[in-house]
Amino acid sequence: MKTPADLAAIRVAKKHLVASRHDNMNAVRVTVGMGTCGIAAGARAVSNAFVEEIFKAGLDEKAIVVLSGCMGDCSLEPMVTVEVPGAEKVTYVKMDAAKAARVVAEHIVNNKVVTDYTK
Amino acid sequence: MFRSYVLVCGGTGCTSSNSPKVIEALENEIKAVGLQDEVKVVKTGCFGLCALGPIMIVYPEGVFYSRVKPEWIKEIVDEHLLKGRIVKKYLYQETIDGDNIKNLMHTRFYEKQTRIALHNCGVIAAEDIDEYIARGGYTALEKVLFHMQPQEVIEVVKASGLRGRGGAGFSTGMKWQFTASAEGDVKYVCCNADEGDPGAFMDRSVLEGDPHCVIEAMTIAAYAIGGSQGYVYVRAEYPIAVQRLRIALAQAREYGLLGDNIMGTGFKFDIEIRLGAGAFVCGEETALMTSIEGNRGEPRPRPPFPANKGLFAKPTLLNNVETYANITQIINNGAEWFASMGTEKSKGTKVFALGGKVVNTGLVEIPMGTPLRTVIEEIGGGCPNGKKFKAAQTGGPSGGCIPASLIDTPLDYESMAAIGSIVGSGGLIVMDEDNCMVDIAKFFLDFTVDESCGKCAPCRIGTKRIYEMLEKITSGNGTLEDIDKLEELCYQVKSASLCALGQTAPNPVLSTLNYFRDEYIAHVVDKKCPAGVCKSLLQYVIDPEKCKGCTACARQCPVGAISGTVKQPHVIDSSKCIKCGACMATCKFGAISKK
Amino acid sequence: MDTVRLKINGIDVEAPKNATILEAAQSVGIRIPTLCYLKDINAIGACRMCLVEVKGARAFAASCVFPVAEGMEVFTNTPKVVAARKGTLELILSNHRMDCLSCPRSLDCELQALANEYKVDQYRFASNTKLEPDIEASAPHLVRDNSKCILCRRCVAVCKNNQHAAVIGTNERGYKTHIASAFDMPLVETSCVYCGQCIAVCPTGALTERDDTDKVWAALNDPTKHVVVGPAPSVRAQLGECFGMPIGTNVEGKLIAALKRLGFDKVFDVDTAADVTIMEEGTELLERLKNGGKLPLITSCSPGWIKFCEHYYPDLLENVSSCKSPQQMFGALVKTYYAEKAGIDPKDIFVVSIMPCTAKKFEVTRDHMSAAGVPDVDVSLTTRELAAMIRRAGIEFTQLKDEVADPIFGIASGAAHIFGATGGVMEAALRTVAEIVTGKTLANPDFHDVRGIANVKEAEYDLAGTKVRVAVTSGLENASKLLDKIRAGEADYHFVEVMACPGGCVNGGGQPHQPGQVRNFVDLRAERAKALYSEDAAMTLRKSHENPVVKELYDTYLGQPGSEKAHHILHTKYVARGLYNNK
Repeated sequence: MKTPADLAAIRVAKKHLVASRHDNMNAVRVTVGMGTCGIAAGARAVSNAFVEEIFKAGLDEKAIVVLSGCMGDCSLEPMVTVEVPGAEKVTYVKMDAAKAARVVAEHIVNNKVVTDYTK
Repeated sequence: MFRSYVLVCGGTGCTSSNSPKVIEALENEIKAVGLQDEVKVVKTGCFGLCALGPIMIVYPEGVFYSRVKPEWIKEIVDEHLLKGRIVKKYLYQETIDGDNIKNLMHTRFYEKQTRIALHNCGVIAAEDIDEYIARGGYTALEKVLFHMQPQEVIEVVKASGLRGRGGAGFSTGMKWQFTASAEGDVKYVCCNADEGDPGAFMDRSVLEGDPHCVIEAMTIAAYAIGGSQGYVYVRAEYPIAVQRLRIALAQAREYGLLGDNIMGTGFKFDIEIRLGAGAFVCGEETALMTSIEGNRGEPRPRPPFPANKGLFAKPTLLNNVETYANITQIINNGAEWFASMGTEKSKGTKVFALGGKVVNTGLVEIPMGTPLRTVIEEIGGGCPNGKKFKAAQTGGPSGGCIPASLIDTPLDYESMAAIGSIVGSGGLIVMDEDNCMVDIAKFFLDFTVDESCGKCAPCRIGTKRIYEMLEKITSGNGTLEDIDKLEELCYQVKSASLCALGQTAPNPVLSTLNYFRDEYIAHVVDKKCPAGVCKSLLQYVIDPEKCKGCTACARQCPVGAISGTVKQPHVIDSSKCIKCGACMATCKFGAISKK
Repeated sequence: MDTVRLKINGIDVEAPKNATILEAAQSVGIRIPTLCYLKDINAIGACRMCLVEVKGARAFAASCVFPVAEGMEVFTNTPKVVAARKGTLELILSNHRMDCLSCPRSLDCELQALANEYKVDQYRFASNTKLEPDIEASAPHLVRDNSKCILCRRCVAVCKNNQHAAVIGTNERGYKTHIASAFDMPLVETSCVYCGQCIAVCPTGALTERDDTDKVWAALNDPTKHVVVGPAPSVRAQLGECFGMPIGTNVEGKLIAALKRLGFDKVFDVDTAADVTIMEEGTELLERLKNGGKLPLITSCSPGWIKFCEHYYPDLLENVSSCKSPQQMFGALVKTYYAEKAGIDPKDIFVVSIMPCTAKKFEVTRDHMSAAGVPDVDVSLTTRELAAMIRRAGIEFTQLKDEVADPIFGIASGAAHIFGATGGVMEAALRTVAEIVTGKTLANPDFHDVRGIANVKEAEYDLAGTKVRVAVTSGLENASKLLDKIRAGEADYHFVEVMACPGGCVNGGGQPHQPGQVRNFVDLRAERAKALYSEDAAMTLRKSHENPVVKELYDTYLGQPGSEKAHHILHTKYVARGLYNNK
């Protein structure tokens, strides 16, 4: 038998499942360049890291992670763009899982671009 | 946590277009490329754009693949889900805007919609209570049980202005009030999921896509009126809806959201499913209740009203599925929020099942008062093949038609009644210049004759006589006097029948007589069907200018009605012609036409 | 009781709070037409003839079920209402085989009467298909013609609600709806008990008794046949209704006169045999009381009840008296005792009974009903069939002078006459049993406790120290409740009377029709019985055992009640039956 507290816990635990199923026009959009070259460069680990960090920070409703095809500069891969609504698109290059964590904590949470990783 | 969710519609419409195979292919392919921890496949209910089914939506991008074939899945998984390259050729083309892909909520079909009753349909996994909870499910019930008194709940429903969505449009709050005030040791809460109107599938979609929303609302209703047992009466022709409901009920019981001690408050309520057995008349409230009791499904006179003496002679509340589907949000967002939508007397939104001669057939939810034109031309995308819109039929066999001249009529209870139609349960069939309005009336009467329960003479015999007269007219044997007799008979059946089935059965006839009387007159005076539908009145003709005398048609004709010598224009003997159309289909020179 | 005030057609009416508009209207002399409504039997608002306008209401109200309310304003005859009634009649007639010229219900048909009142014919909405007769005549007592049925459902209601049999119902739906047994199986294969209540309540000619008058005409015109007739107690109480006489008029004298004019060789009285029944059954009861036999003893003169017991309570058949019914005892004694006395070969005697009953047509065919080696009774006619014969013979019934039955077998006591009312058999038996047990003459032969139309009547009597507990019931729904108690061992009776028809034989399936307009406002059960109780009260011969014919019968022919000869001639056997697929 579930009490209201139990149900609230389920809501919190399962929020991420349904959080992104709407038009997401006002979410922070993290695009990870994939394509064959991206995958070869390790972009999948980067996208997974972003998903995990966003979840840990409780930001499932505020930020989404999408993939795109090759972004062009194959030597700079893995590449990631972060679009905060109202702000300019920022491109990060040569990303990895650890760098992803920092981008989430600083750029997405605190709105401070991590210039170390930009182009 | 998953990066991406692929939602595939598992409603009846898409299922019959093979969506289960799409889901199977997706799951296999995702596993094959090792994406099963990153991408989740979700089987949802109906998302509305049924014309484009099977429907597949990928989140968080929100891209909308339409008419998906299982053979495309490998490509979509490899290219899009793995490599991020959206496969544009398989998308709903209207979402492609140059280089951008529009979110489908910004397409013509969805732009003007406000999904309230349907808010979870097509979004959550239809068989997972946790997704329902995650999206706010059961917060309304919690609010009601812990923070509101039963009368308070009734006041909120009254203030919202919600009216019965099954067709009668009676104030839901008042109905709850009557049942709450009735005296009885046991009270029942019933849900009418019989949905018998041909072409209507609103309730089906709610039950297939969001069954918990109905369960939660019924529990709230039980609390408000003092009910202890609920029944969902669902037509047996909805096996997917029944299955989803069964699963949802079991899940709700497991979580203690139904049963002897709901949320630990001691409040007791449970719900049983009762299946219909193929009778449209069992959608009528007293027939529905007597059917649950095990009797022949026939209505009875009122008073007594079900609020006082209903199921098993106890006070009973009966509401339609869609009515219930609005309750949780009214509780959570407030009566004023609901009342801020719609018109002065018709609050909130209404779900319509858009069908017939329209490009975007499917399920549509719009604020009350939205003009019909918006629904047909913008949301519906207009009539296909460049045909002219002629009329829209609302309310199924109980409703009337709205002619093209009244296309700006707002869709709300008062405006529809003023022009002789009804909002009804939400079926909205669009007709174009190729539809014969007399034939349409005959279609609905054919249905009503079959579905009449037979208890009272006006409906049992009257509908049959109306149908016979329509047959007489469409077969070319009618007279002008028949049209007057038909109208008189319609008023007789309307005024003397025992229940709403008989009282509204003549509506399609009266409505088409009102707006398309000239078509009836053409059938009886000129013996012609202007739309070219009524077979007996059709004539197949060979144009002597175009005919090359190739004899192909004569050889096709099953009754030897075509005569002529080789290389000479041929002639059809209309007294022998059985109007099968084989000749017209055969002719390579376009020389044969029907008029 | 609370009342409400309302207006009907502008007239002020004060009616009980739970009255219907129909009842309130009747109380001020306003008749609203009905076709399906039958008080305490069928209240479903289906025929739509009773529609009225109620001020402020959205649609017409069905006045037979619509309750009155304070301040209500009702209009029963506005042009709109009349148009609706006419339209409904037209539709009904468009689907009704109009056989009026030869239909047995012509001039007595509720549909015909209304159609005439509203001047309606069916031609405007005529169907293209010609209606053919749609006959079901497998059972020995009735003919059903669904081409004349208006689906009022009265027959279904009385069979299910009042007679506990439910062997007919509505099959299919919509236009194809028709009255039939389950899976359209022949009625004779069901557990129909042939009580004929369905015929009694039918407003049209859809249900009629099987017409056996031709057999009787043939016998009457056959010079080789000695044709004997005997009427039942109830016939004298109700036959007058067929000739416009008030309900409850005793026409015994005219009845006998008419029978004589019809040409029967002998006109006896079944009531005489009823006195014999009391001798046999009273003896049977005393036997069981003394020797610890199966109790309660249950009466056996109602063949509908007997068949009901055989289908539904075969485990209680041992309780049922082995006595034949008065009809069967009558025929048996005519073909043995009378045949011997008159020196006529029983094979040449043709016995006709006139009965208020349709099940008697079946009873005459039962096994163990041929005391003289030929059937005890040859033909059983209903009261209605006799009326038809009287009319055909040109006999002006109301002008007849009273006559009496032939005394050889035509004298009967008051106890015999009251057999036709529920409680009559019980009272008749008590009069004889009480005097035998106490050895004293009864100060007052009336036993009021067992009279009346209550569902079940109970009484306890102390007869010289012997306590006798009795129960009386009529109508098979009431009977089933009593029998359930007996079966469960919860009832402590010694003697029980069961009659199949509600109110007893006076309300039998073969009695004259009364339209809904009468039945809804007059309790036929009570009114009709009055004729019998008043005849009994005015007589000096009021006890079966004092009947001189009965005394001579036993002294010179049978010996003692319950003797071997009596058993051979006057007792019978029963058989357990299934509920369906009875071949």
